[in-house]
Amino acid sequence: MSSQVQSIVDKFGNDATRLMDIFIDISKDKGHVGEEDIAEIADQLNISRVDVEQTLSFYHFFSKEPRGKYNIYLNNSVVAEFMGREEVADAVEKATGTQFGSVSEDGLFGLYDTSCIGMNDQEPAAIINGVVFPKITTYRVRELIKSFRAGKTVTEMVNSFGGGQNQSALIKSMVTNNLNRRGAVIFSDHTAGDSFIKLGSMKPKEVIEEVKNSNIRGRGGAGFPTGLKWEFCTRAGNKERYLLCNADEGEPGTFKDRVILTEIPHLLFEGMVIAGYAIGAKEGILYLRLEYEYLQNHLETILDDFRKKGWLGKNVAGIDGFNYDIRIQFGAGAYVCGEETALIESCEGKRGEPRNRPPFPVSVGYLDKPTVVNNVETLCSVVKIIQNGGEWYKSMGTKETSGTKLLSISGDVRYPGVFEIEWGMTIREMLEMAGAIDPKAVQVGGPSGRLIGENEFDRTICYEDLPTGGAMIIIGQNRSILDVIKNFTEFFIEESCGSCAPCRYLTVILRNRLQKIIDGKGVAKDLEYLAHWGKQMKMANRCGLGQTAANPILSGLENFIQDFEAKIEKGKDFDTKFDLDKAIQESSRAVGRFPQA
Amino acid sequence: MSKPIVATTSLAGCFGCHMSLLDIDDRILELVELVDFNKSPIDDIKEFTQMCDIGLIEGGCCNSENIHVLKDFRKNCKILVSLGECAIMGGLPAMRNNIPIKECLEEAYLNGPSTKDANPEGILPNDEELPIILDKVYPCHEIVKIDYYLPGCPPTADLIWNALVALVTGDEMKLPYEVIKFD
Repeated sequence: MSSQVQSIVDKFGNDATRLMDIFIDISKDKGHVGEEDIAEIADQLNISRVDVEQTLSFYHFFSKEPRGKYNIYLNNSVVAEFMGREEVADAVEKATGTQFGSVSEDGLFGLYDTSCIGMNDQEPAAIINGVVFPKITTYRVRELIKSFRAGKTVTEMVNSFGGGQNQSALIKSMVTNNLNRRGAVIFSDHTAGDSFIKLGSMKPKEVIEEVKNSNIRGRGGAGFPTGLKWEFCTRAGNKERYLLCNADEGEPGTFKDRVILTEIPHLLFEGMVIAGYAIGAKEGILYLRLEYEYLQNHLETILDDFRKKGWLGKNVAGIDGFNYDIRIQFGAGAYVCGEETALIESCEGKRGEPRNRPPFPVSVGYLDKPTVVNNVETLCSVVKIIQNGGEWYKSMGTKETSGTKLLSISGDVRYPGVFEIEWGMTIREMLEMAGAIDPKAVQVGGPSGRLIGENEFDRTICYEDLPTGGAMIIIGQNRSILDVIKNFTEFFIEESCGSCAPCRYLTVILRNRLQKIIDGKGVAKDLEYLAHWGKQMKMANRCGLGQTAANPILSGLENFIQDFEAKIEKGKDFDTKFDLDKAIQESSRAVGRFPQA
Repeated sequence: MSKPIVATTSLAGCFGCHMSLLDIDDRILELVELVDFNKSPIDDIKEFTQMCDIGLIEGGCCNSENIHVLKDFRKNCKILVSLGECAIMGGLPAMRNNIPIKECLEEAYLNGPSTKDANPEGILPNDEELPIILDKVYPCHEIVKIDYYLPGCPPTADLIWNALVALVTGDEMKLPYEVIKFD
């Protein structure tokens, strides 16, 4: 038995719910989790090998097979494509002499396509051995590969530091913040721990009342009233409760949490303390996507600082009997883990497959205990609500959507980055604010949201009208809408957990039909087909990912029908465009028959 | 009024769907009152002799002949029905879709336990009279337009009967849970 694996499993208390951490540590040590490691983990945790392997195989950043010495995870989001991803990918393949999806023969380089890594404002970006390399050019590719071949480490290749905390000793990252607009709530001035003075004089119930009074709704996108969620949790009988913060931020085009976690993580942790106090939580867990691993030391240091100041641990913030701590739980590259029940599963060391609801997490959540899952931005806002009161918060925004919202704006704009706005801004104002370049369409809320065109630019960003989790991808006139939709659809294919059949299969079928249209082989029936089957996704899948996976196609058909129609063959109702000559090529070769002229 | 005309065929199928059609038992007497058959293995008519109303297709398309037959059916039938799993999804034959063709052929004719000593010259069948297999097994609707789908492996006799009666009479089809449940 290898003592290395044993000591890692020991480190996490022989606890099967910490399987994610165990994999991460073993991967760090040897690059992958092999067959023997799986056997050993299973043995030591006293669970079946299949249980170990099914979790391992679920996550993009884990591997059973050895990967390269340098593993290049190149983002393939649509904005990365706008910014020249294809050229960069070609250069990487040429310089390493290997294809994406494989490891070079000498074992030096592993190349992998990767869904959005939260760097849409600085594409094309890649993660190489945990280090983020933004704004990659073909020149930079050749330089990097040459240096890696010469034995340089990834940290040696960090040749600039982004602004703000990115250049602190604990981060030292090339990532830039691009915080383009500070607003009155999240990014307003704040001294760490300020809200605790007030918190000490409030009962948990009063905290919940204040949050309810503010009318704040969850910032992840679904918009459930936060105060109500907390109240439901406290009503659950079980006294062992948990607060989970969702920092998975996997929606392509969103990167606001990255900036919060870089610049004001103390605000987030303060919010996690407040929420933990309000719901009577035993522990808070920050579920952080592994893409943001470069922030780990920075965040852990701040948590330590909180503990030193008495803001975590026993009698937190001087409140008698309030014992509470926060730990960071990393994901490993799975968009679906941003869905709250999948996130909980992942925290428990399982595959990130969404659960059936009800029961909702507020009654049966993490470890089957009552659990609140809140977005990073929500928890940050709560701090200011406690400090300044719900009434103050309500004075901003619209009637039904109070406060401010962070927008992650990227794509064809002069100033991509994070903007804190008051709810109620129109899309047109937003385009102007960010310096949109000849906009044709906006993907509101990322791929799972809505693709809108000029005719909807006067709609306002708020729950009454156009709700959003904040990802705004601007698509210029020169872009092909169909290619954009295809990119989004392929994202859903990649990220489906595979649990519901329509999400697993229909996404592929829809993509193929779309490809047929893009290839100029589409007919009128294909458009009907996309619309008809796209609609079925809403009712035929369990979670938000599956239900919204056809949204790009559906809202594309609704708002850009002319782009589809321009591509299809006129005057023909139905044609599968089956190509017999092409279909028999392979077997003709195999048997040596070449009759087809 | 003349009776509606039905044609049937089995492409890359196992004839199980046709067996299921025969499984309508004594209703077969009603069926011959209701419809006439044209091209079909049931009456052994090899080529279409007139335009048909309903074509029942069993099996997906695994070779060039399947494609010709299916297209022929589309040309000669007003309504085409994919009958059973293989016609609808490719079915069992489609299990080869993830294996390169060369590997499939070699396993079947060179390396398989029943052929490895029987084919010393290592011949892969390649007579020009033989249809040539396709790169993968296709469901029928990826080749031609299919109007209706009857699921099952095979579809139950009742399902086929109900569908045929509904098509012929124009009445709404009876679809009780029992005839389409598979669990």
